[in-house]
Amino acid sequence: MDAPRIYMDHNATTAMDSRVLDAMMPYFQGEFGNPSSVHWHGQQARRAVDLARKEVGGIINAGIGEIVLTSGGTEANNLALQGTLKPGDHLISSAIEHPAILATCKHLEKQGVDITLVPVDAMGRVTPQVVADAIERRTKLISIMLANNDIGTIQPVADIAAIAAQHGVMVHTDAVQAVGKIPVDVKNLGVDLLSFSAHKLYGPKGVGAVYIRQGVELTSLIHGGQQEFRRRAGTENVAGAVGFGRACQLSEFHLQDADDLAELRDRLWRGLQERIDGIALNGHPEERLPNTLGLSIDGVDGPAVVMNLDLQGIAVSAGSACTSGSIKPSHVLLAMGHTLERATSTVRISLGRGNTTEEVDQLVEALALAIPRLRRVSAKPMVS
Amino acid sequence: MALSGGVDSSVTAAILKAEGYDVVGMTLKLYDCQDGQNERSCCGLAGVSEARAAAGVLQIPHYVVDGESLFESRVLKHAWEEYSNGRTPNPCVACNEWMKFGLLFDQARKLGADFVATGHHARVVAGDRPKLLRGHDPNKDQSYFLFSLSPAQLGMALLPVGDLTKAKVRELAHEYGLPNADRLESQDACIAQRGDFAEALRERFDGKLEGGPIVNAKGTVIGRHEGIHRFTVGQRKGLGIALGKRAYVLAIDKATNTVVIDTDADKLLAYGLEAGDMRWLRHLEEGESLAVQAQIRYRHQAVPATLTKGDEDNATAYFAEAQAAVTPGQAAVFYLGDEVVAGGWIKTALPSQD
Repeated sequence: MDAPRIYMDHNATTAMDSRVLDAMMPYFQGEFGNPSSVHWHGQQARRAVDLARKEVGGIINAGIGEIVLTSGGTEANNLALQGTLKPGDHLISSAIEHPAILATCKHLEKQGVDITLVPVDAMGRVTPQVVADAIERRTKLISIMLANNDIGTIQPVADIAAIAAQHGVMVHTDAVQAVGKIPVDVKNLGVDLLSFSAHKLYGPKGVGAVYIRQGVELTSLIHGGQQEFRRRAGTENVAGAVGFGRACQLSEFHLQDADDLAELRDRLWRGLQERIDGIALNGHPEERLPNTLGLSIDGVDGPAVVMNLDLQGIAVSAGSACTSGSIKPSHVLLAMGHTLERATSTVRISLGRGNTTEEVDQLVEALALAIPRLRRVSAKPMVS
Repeated sequence: MALSGGVDSSVTAAILKAEGYDVVGMTLKLYDCQDGQNERSCCGLAGVSEARAAAGVLQIPHYVVDGESLFESRVLKHAWEEYSNGRTPNPCVACNEWMKFGLLFDQARKLGADFVATGHHARVVAGDRPKLLRGHDPNKDQSYFLFSLSPAQLGMALLPVGDLTKAKVRELAHEYGLPNADRLESQDACIAQRGDFAEALRERFDGKLEGGPIVNAKGTVIGRHEGIHRFTVGQRKGLGIALGKRAYVLAIDKATNTVVIDTDADKLLAYGLEAGDMRWLRHLEEGESLAVQAQIRYRHQAVPATLTKGDEDNATAYFAEAQAAVTPGQAAVFYLGDEVVAGGWIKTALPSQD
């Protein structure tokens, strides 16, 4: 592959901003200290983590005492749920959550926590009233993601939090896909817990955070030290935290780009509609992330489209990934009431910094050429 | 091309790339992520990462294709049905037909590929009616497993390793700097050992096979078995009874749930077989006969026989000399020299005349 590759899978991960990398570099060798150490090296490292915590909290309008740094969004989600629920409690979540939440729910169910997964409408949106109806005496927590990774649909979390407050129920939101793309303010949302992750906003992989509102009690998952206000033991990933902080800072600045990104996405959608028939948009047409385009394309399977585009140097995704790299249909599409066929013919294009109109046009071209061939082959397979 | 993580497929990719083909590596995922712990399994996680490593060395794209449900229905379930009917299946043939040259074929066409390559030790000669030949290395020849491929499938196949000996393949692997040059082979490793395999299938499909009588060749009950799926014709070990002398499974009867075991080895001999679901790579009229070499198991030296085309998809074959352990369920592949002319599935043995 000699021509430069085009990356349009920013919901999977993003390249680290070079300013983030620059900010991190001193903390590998120069300022390598353990923040818990008393000496000069420890002090330097401690300062750096303190500042990072402030920056990380800043992007969601949280205080420094309300941020617990973790190894990523998945750990943050695990901590938020497992740290607040015990056997006999009731949890309400949704059918379209990320596996980090859904799998944690399954685990909690085995431990004796009651789980209700509320359905979504055909546009992938949770209806606040449906959540309200599911609340019972033992309900301890409601966890609804802020924005969905596959279809970009933004959930009415603030409305749900308002309802929850009336019943004395806590609210957590998985904001991993939202933070960095849309303004997120924990005070406006009214949530008690929130998860997010550095590598979705041009920061390093391996570091994330959970926001824990002042006053919320939480038991830690990882024991063995006093770090993170005794909520998450383990020597801090200093460089990672610094990178996370810097990425959050830069992200706030870049939120202005959201409109440009939305325009680019809309250009892509228009272009595709002009050149290809039998495509449908998945998710809510307005309440969605500015960068995400989840589509279903009649007569093809998502993985084949992804491979075809990859061979032409364009990176997108279909459904969700698993360890060995093979792809299964998106549970999100199925939860929206779509057929298995539609759920396996999905492609997700998620734009980000650096994508240009030329790249968008190239993608349209590439798909316009590939889809007819894919449809021909799919119509007459060797096996079924 | 089908990259299993084994050395044969990796060398295949290297050879084709060197010849100027645009190579794309694909590995079949046949098991659930959690099941794929088996180190030697060609499509367990270790195999996938070895394939990915080889692709990295060769700088070719690599994709993992999910074949789990098709594998379960076309290969595993079918194998279980055979076992539960007292036959001994050969799942490798079905795997080639449905998975490697089926599912992967469709994926290849979706990518606009002109050919599908594998690391099989066999040769294909292109043409209007493509021919399938034994591989160059008689110890490694895998043409037996490919007899059921259609002309369309053979027409798209590229099997470069079929011209080489295994030793040469390993040599090339080192030359190309492939990471799995000394790895154990993938073949046959995708499933557990024979005895365990049937039992593993029974568990997977929740099969219920009751125990029944073991009788000798005269029909006298001499013992009891725990399920006909544990036996195969010609089997000598693990019979569950001690008869003083070496004993063999002569036959398995589903209808009466009986296993026939005897110490008289001559009773294992058959002078012919009836085969069904025949695939013909050479055209024969109904009733027409051809002098061929018949191979009735993978590890069987092909023997002279006369093959006669029957009605529909059937055929009969008579050996020049009686053969031991003609096993229902196994594939019978018929050769003219090195060329596969036909193949099918053994329905019954035609027993010795005395």
